[in-house]
Amino acid sequence: MRIIAVCGEGIGTSAILKVNAERALDRLGLSASVDASDLASVADAAADAQVVLTSTELAADVRAKLGRSFAEIIEIVNYFDVEEIGSKLERSLG
Amino acid sequence: MTTTLPDTAVVLGADVPDWRTAVRESGRALTRAKVTRPEYTERMIGVIEEFGAYVVIAPGLALAHARPGPDVLGEGLSVVTLATPVDFGHPHNDPVRVVIGLAVANAEEHVASVARLANVFNDLGVIDRLAQATDADEVRVLLGVPAGGEA
Repeated sequence: MRIIAVCGEGIGTSAILKVNAERALDRLGLSASVDASDLASVADAAADAQVVLTSTELAADVRAKLGRSFAEIIEIVNYFDVEEIGSKLERSLG
Repeated sequence: MTTTLPDTAVVLGADVPDWRTAVRESGRALTRAKVTRPEYTERMIGVIEEFGAYVVIAPGLALAHARPGPDVLGEGLSVVTLATPVDFGHPHNDPVRVVIGLAVANAEEHVASVARLANVFNDLGVIDRLAQATDADEVRVLLGVPAGGEA
């Protein structure tokens, strides 16, 4: 399973999201690879991904870039809240 | 390399009218700490103008940053707390009380330092405590970073 964490620039915020998504997956006992991406290359990055994590602010842009991709877009409010990330991932993957 | 936070990179209780000025404060702090050139500050503002307020990654906390570039002299952080919180335009996490300025020299190597930052903020009370910090030492203790050679 593959998860993409996306932000505008592909550094900083998406890296934080990646780190905390990995923590959330670990707590849930799920295994998946999580990669960070910038908005411009999200369509390629998410081609074989099940889930794209991003912020509410970027969700519409991500949706437009992904087009007909099968990946589900999950909006994260607090990037440091491993419980929020975990419960949203669990709902999506469970 | 360990990220440091010299006194010059910390501004407590800044009185700013809007998010642009808040980000500019965090950029000026990075420049004072010799982490960036002034052009980087304008690029951090450009990121928010282009993509919106997604840099407000938790309630009350903005992570101002831009891509690596020739205006980045090294990897580093700045911390600015605001006397009066300002709105960045985020649907859930406004108003912002703490702006962290982040500069990274290259995209690959920054994940370790960002992971350290994530560790600190996994304690969701840290943003409150940062917002109320009264000196740079307190900020350094909260973030678990040393002052570095120039402090």
